[in-house]
Amino acid sequence: MQSFDLGEEGLRALNSALHALKGQTNMTDWEVINPKGAHAIAAGVDAPVEIIVRGSTGYYCAGMNKQATIRIKGSAGPGVAENMMSGTVIIDGNASQYAGATGRGGLLVIKGNASSRCGVSMKGIDIVVHGSIGHMSAFMAQSGNLVVLGDAGDALGDSLYEARLFVRGSVTSLGADCVEKEMRPEHIALLADLLKRGEADGLAKPEEFKRYGSARKLYNFNIDNASDY
Amino acid sequence: MTEFPKTPPRFSATFTPAVNAEIRRAAATGIYDIRGGGTKRHLPHFDDLLFLGASISRYPLEGYREKCATDVWLGTRFAKKPIHLDIPVTIAGMSFGALSGPAKEALGRGATAAGTSTTTGDGGMTEEERGHSRTLVYQYLPSRYGMNPDDLRRCDAIEIVVGQGAKPGGGGMLLGQKISDRVANMRNLPKGIDQRSACRHPDWTGPDDLEIKILELREITDWEKPIYVKVGGARPYYDTALAVKAGADVVVLDGMQGGTAATQDVFIEHVGMPILACIPQAVKALQDLGMHRKVQLIVSGGIRSGADVAKAMALGADAVAIGTAALIALGDNDPQWEEEYQKLGTTAGAYDDWHEGRDPAGITTQDPELSARFDPVLGGRRLSNFLKVMTLEAQTIARACGKNHLHNLEPEDLCSLSIEAAAMAGVPLAGTSWIPGRNGGF
Ligand SMILES: Cc1cc2nc3c(=O)[nH]c(=O)nc-3n(C[C@H](O)[C@H](O)[C@H](O)COP(=O)(O)O)c2cc1C
Repeated sequence: MQSFDLGEEGLRALNSALHALKGQTNMTDWEVINPKGAHAIAAGVDAPVEIIVRGSTGYYCAGMNKQATIRIKGSAGPGVAENMMSGTVIIDGNASQYAGATGRGGLLVIKGNASSRCGVSMKGIDIVVHGSIGHMSAFMAQSGNLVVLGDAGDALGDSLYEARLFVRGSVTSLGADCVEKEMRPEHIALLADLLKRGEADGLAKPEEFKRYGSARKLYNFNIDNASDY
Repeated sequence: MTEFPKTPPRFSATFTPAVNAEIRRAAATGIYDIRGGGTKRHLPHFDDLLFLGASISRYPLEGYREKCATDVWLGTRFAKKPIHLDIPVTIAGMSFGALSGPAKEALGRGATAAGTSTTTGDGGMTEEERGHSRTLVYQYLPSRYGMNPDDLRRCDAIEIVVGQGAKPGGGGMLLGQKISDRVANMRNLPKGIDQRSACRHPDWTGPDDLEIKILELREITDWEKPIYVKVGGARPYYDTALAVKAGADVVVLDGMQGGTAATQDVFIEHVGMPILACIPQAVKALQDLGMHRKVQLIVSGGIRSGADVAKAMALGADAVAIGTAALIALGDNDPQWEEEYQKLGTTAGAYDDWHEGRDPAGITTQDPELSARFDPVLGGRRLSNFLKVMTLEAQTIARACGKNHLHNLEPEDLCSLSIEAAAMAGVPLAGTSWIPGRNGGF
């Protein structure tokens, strides 16, 4: 395992070492110590490596990740795994605002709670939150799946496109154009797989969730819907 | 019986026929007017400024003989690989989606032939434009359509879009008619929906966050690419200062005249400030921070000719960007399509329903038949010709002012034709030493 002391060597050295892994196959296990809430830790990695961050991170940890599995042994600041393309990011603690924002692929697992705007504008990413999520989550979410074992805050899924939202607990309120939808067998199967990959299969059963999605009423402008915006 | 003279019918200056027609249109349809293009009302603009030229105290340079350089470096503050352009006229960001693939290709061809850069837009990077642009600026927009680290790494500069002059505070709009399969796929959206892109970035708010966002983008691209921040002409002094503070290499400032692919007419005509009023404030912010020429300033909004380029640069800009003028050079609104403009209820020169995707010139459309009318090779040549003419014109003026580089043009080379423009541009009213708001009397 390659151990990297962020406090000693600095962010630039870390990220350039991680970027240099593209196309390489040795040095697949990394550990980052002393992260101390630094921003942009392991942003822009594009290699099938495993990176463990021992502590909490600042903004945009694992931003635009491709292929890598990044485990944060603490909590994550705003925009963790933003615009992730592929790979996996697993946070042992909580995540701040905009977790997984605009993510286009891969899997983001948050074992604690996520703050507001979790999955905002998501475009294909899968997000599994073991705890609860804050207000305006999945705002303008375009595609992908958001699974929440706890509760969701205000205005869930506002102006949603085709993303699927699964919440086990309560939802304070649904945002514009977001409605509860029927759970069909294909959704149960999908959810079972997501719970498993999200390390949550022992914690909840697919049948306990409700599904939310777009009513598609705001897809084409209609003046009679103006008050919904 | 004596016939007394009658008062002839008189139209109100407030309720003009055009205003009344708009009220009737709104009453009949229940929806505001959406259109493309920039502000159509009269605004104080570069036409209100004049160059003084040489005299006894300033001597000119010989046209065609003495050199007047035009090149510009962008991104020299932090980027490992700053950009060097032969001419200071760049092509502004216009989205694939708003424009056809061949139109984007033509922009790349024309810009490359003329030695300048082109810019992606709200909708991601296409192969057409990457392939044909020597220098390509990749926009980082609130919608993040198509955003990915590979394109970030293969662009030549990154432009974080905070706002646009046509709609400071507004997001993008692409109506269903233009969401073809390819556009829908690039944006991860269902086909045929009315797409409204976000007006705020999803993962940052305010200048402190912006600083961290810039750090992230620099880290992802290993500090190679210049990072631009584009703002609409709203509060140029503070926006420029905050962009500099957040770590921008280049500030792109777009005045209210700036074109758009589709925005509410009320937004285009009533929000933002003319570019003339914006440039001096942005330059002042850079000077106050000791960053003028270190952080470069690119300005846009209604730039049409080499005279406009020279005036913008004399006010302190390092380069300009053009959108609408580039489209016209490609053939947009060309009278050769007059018959078809008439069928659409408009006329060449006034056509602005770009959002409907039925452009007779085949530029602002995704319709395969219409876009096949447009020849990207010819379009590229026309754009490159136009860019070269603009540059020659700006050089002609600069030489007349005795300058051996366009960057040496200065506010002292200018005077103003109107009090408004004098106040906004901070140059004296012609024939006086009066800069309203700056100094005392005559
Ligand atoms: C058809 C069209 C599409 C545009 N698309 C974008 C865009 O995607 N992103 C952006 O920042 N600005 C966009 N703009 C604005 C231009 O980048 C630029 O600010 C403006 O065109 C400059 O003013 P001008 O048209 O008067 O030259 C667009 C403009 C036009 C005309």
